[in-house]
Amino acid sequence: MTESLSFDGTVVTFRPGQTIGAALLASGTRSWRTTRRNGRLRGLFCGIGVCFDCLLTVDGIPDQRACLVEARDGMQVRTQQGVGRAGLAV
Amino acid sequence: MPGSPSDPYDVAVVGAGPAGLAAATTAADHGCATVLLDGAGGPGGQYWRSAPGTAGPGTDPTTDRAGPGRVLAGLLADLDRVDVRTRHEVWSIQAEPAGFVVRAQVDVAEIASRARTLVLAPGAHDRQLPFPGWDLPGVVAAGGLQALAKEHGVLPGRRVVVAGTGPFLLPVAGAVIARGGTVVAVAEAGDGTGWLRDPAVLMGTPGRVRDAVAYAAVLARHGVPFLRRTGVVEAVGDDCGVTAAVLARLDGAGRPDGGSRHTVDCDVVATGWGFTPRLDLPLGLGCATRADLDGSLVVAVTARQETSVPGCFAAGEATGVGGAELAVVEGRLAGLAAAIRLGNAPSDPPPARLLRRRRSLRRFAALMHAAHPVPPGWPAWLDERTTMCRCEEVSVADVDEAVTDLGVTDPRTVKLLTRCGMGWCQGRICGEPLARLVAARTSTPYDPMSMATRPVAVPLTLGALATGPS
Amino acid sequence: MLAATAPDRPTRAPDVVVVGAGIVGAACAFVAARAGLTVVVVDRGAVAGGTSGAGEGNLLVSDKLPGPELDLALLSARLWRDDLAPRLGPRLEYEAKGGLVVAATSEAAVALGKTTAAQRAAGVAVSDVAAADLPTVEPHLAPDLAGGAHYPADAQVQPIAATVLLLREARTLGARVLTATRVTGLLRAGDRVTGVRTPSGDLPAGAVVNAAGPWSGEVAALAGLDLPVRPRRGFVLVTAPLPHVVRHKVYTAAYVSDVASDDTALQSSAVVEETPAGTLLIGASRERVGFDRTPSVPVLRRLAAQAVGLFPVLATVPVLRTYLGFRPCSPDHLPLLGPDPRAPGLLHATGHEGAGIGLAPATGALVAQVLTGEEPALDLRPYRPERFAA
Repeated sequence: MTESLSFDGTVVTFRPGQTIGAALLASGTRSWRTTRRNGRLRGLFCGIGVCFDCLLTVDGIPDQRACLVEARDGMQVRTQQGVGRAGLAV
Repeated sequence: MPGSPSDPYDVAVVGAGPAGLAAATTAADHGCATVLLDGAGGPGGQYWRSAPGTAGPGTDPTTDRAGPGRVLAGLLADLDRVDVRTRHEVWSIQAEPAGFVVRAQVDVAEIASRARTLVLAPGAHDRQLPFPGWDLPGVVAAGGLQALAKEHGVLPGRRVVVAGTGPFLLPVAGAVIARGGTVVAVAEAGDGTGWLRDPAVLMGTPGRVRDAVAYAAVLARHGVPFLRRTGVVEAVGDDCGVTAAVLARLDGAGRPDGGSRHTVDCDVVATGWGFTPRLDLPLGLGCATRADLDGSLVVAVTARQETSVPGCFAAGEATGVGGAELAVVEGRLAGLAAAIRLGNAPSDPPPARLLRRRRSLRRFAALMHAAHPVPPGWPAWLDERTTMCRCEEVSVADVDEAVTDLGVTDPRTVKLLTRCGMGWCQGRICGEPLARLVAARTSTPYDPMSMATRPVAVPLTLGALATGPS
Repeated sequence: MLAATAPDRPTRAPDVVVVGAGIVGAACAFVAARAGLTVVVVDRGAVAGGTSGAGEGNLLVSDKLPGPELDLALLSARLWRDDLAPRLGPRLEYEAKGGLVVAATSEAAVALGKTTAAQRAAGVAVSDVAAADLPTVEPHLAPDLAGGAHYPADAQVQPIAATVLLLREARTLGARVLTATRVTGLLRAGDRVTGVRTPSGDLPAGAVVNAAGPWSGEVAALAGLDLPVRPRRGFVLVTAPLPHVVRHKVYTAAYVSDVASDDTALQSSAVVEETPAGTLLIGASRERVGFDRTPSVPVLRRLAAQAVGLFPVLATVPVLRTYLGFRPCSPDHLPLLGPDPRAPGLLHATGHEGAGIGLAPATGALVAQVLTGEEPALDLRPYRPERFAA
């Protein structure tokens, strides 16, 4: 059975057990975040949860490490712009 | 309830890689009530990753060696007597009169687990050295590439340059080839002669030599250039990511020869300069440290793997980077020492074969460090705009301004002034390079302790911290 | 009284040796150098390696009750705003963000109203904020507070930058800064202090300023003097970077009474403020535990709980880091500032507790005035260092 998640509205399929990061890379996407100072693109770097470069928003929760979080069917994954949590800004 | 103040475990092992698995199973073998905690979803740590349903855990598909797989399988089979807690990210450990309390974040909650003795096996992660363009998408840690390949069967691109130093570059290249990718080149900064300094060591560790020969054969079969005294001095790309790597010859100190620069097309650059131990938890407990041969700060341990904190033992990469087999040996010794301390095992000398194996593997590790040093001249390939701190986007120019213009000569103050090392990763990636760069710029000794302490070992939410257990 | 000496005669003994390269030492060095004195700063560690590198960079008038500390704070706030901020430039990150003190209960609100009335009468700019108006001032505040007070003059700087920049200014005026240089003794001629001793040799000077923060008592002891400065430990939690979420430095009214408390047990009150980098700094705890650097989980939990109590949206925000520092405290919570009659030639500039960053410019100004024989801008009697001697 093919499982899939939504990444910025696009369907991305994955094998059970894969992380979100692995799924995105397998689909040809290699960046899913912009830095907060210079707006530079980032994706996966250390791959093991130490560098926190690969942060993205999953089901509304920001700052999730794509290299660690296991992909699940129906997840809503979004590029994280800057710090995430833009809704809190006053 | 095991782990509660009234019912502590005998042994808590933190880290379920080779060292932690060996320590936990050994302790359990001696009748100790043992808990094993790890932040990942399953045991194995960084060394022993495998995709579900493949030939066997830890089997290396490029050489089909089942060695590591057998050891891992054996340890996993013994785990049924251990309380295994996965997805437990330990953020702090305190010493108490009766032992230790291990605090871990699980999803958004926090738990506390108490034990009479403690074995720390937190492992290590790739050491990185910044270079121009290393923050482009597509530049990844060598260990990250291997984790993707082995555990998820995924490559982050099709044309890969592997660069840095150390025997680990070879299996990384092998993993790319095994999954149908192209390794454009392997760039090794060392010259390979360091291994010849102590040939007796190589004879004592024939498995390593076989590994190296096997990997070399794989590379040769696929026409992959293995370039010694060469490094990636720049990653080039557009805003979407890496499109090419600039290679250059390096002199004995690691300084690039500008005239030798040549560019190769690629969409992945995988870099690694050996490994650097994860010391947040041992430092948080006040364990004494020492500088290992590769300049890394490591936990100082006795012959029985005990740290300077009584009842706290350490094993694996944290005591000195030396590979999975050494980690297993140290783990067994640490688990045994914990059992002896608890009175669950007679305090005889440890088995001689374990001590011999540890000695031999440590000699191998020493040789490896000597053959693959962090080249002192690496700052020569930096330019002003090179990112030093990925998290906070601090450049080399920012660091130089603090040192030169503002007269700051110690890494901690440079950090506090520039924010280099103050972002999400809290200096795990950039702390060592920053300390090395400041030392180079100020002609002062490199001080690895200056950037090392992190009382909060993994981020946890204010809500979890507020409501966590005592 | 010391005559000013030409700064280009380095072989002469300096007019002043300042012990301590934290914010107070840096301010003293800068103002003294600007007044034409030759200055050497010595510190056993790095610049801002002690308390100055472990605080939040606050310049507050809001937490000062009328009296000598408020006088010092008002003078210092003016000097930060009008003299130092323009001179030190944007790297200082001087931000006149204002402070908001909130009261959780109606009793606390009444007490706060009395405090603000007294402060207003003493020249502090402050307006009371009714409970219903708090959300306009700070949208993410918990909804059940009883009232507050807004202090537009409260400001913030980056404390390490402030220290480093002040020392750089001092160096351009001829001062020298010697880090990794421990003072192992004071040079004496009878009762007079005539310089300092270091492992690399003696450093004679016309005067010595003790600006060693929580370690000032150790320096004074080198002259056989008892200077009752004791450390008061504080922790700070640092969050992940956030968008602009908290506008002011926000703290609960209990903060003021905690500062004034002599209790040796844990005192803590909620303090939350943002930094230009987007992280939030969360304090504030006060404990007398000597120089114990072991992180205290109960204290960290209390700080986290108080912050979430004040700003409920913070419950899901990650903490990346915690650091601790030791505030230099005196028995009556006022600084020890000025010449020590028990040891002519020795001046003290210490005991600023948690207000060192804010009070540094006025301290430097007063110390320099003493050194040059000028009339001090404030009456120094309340701060006289010998006031605790039997």
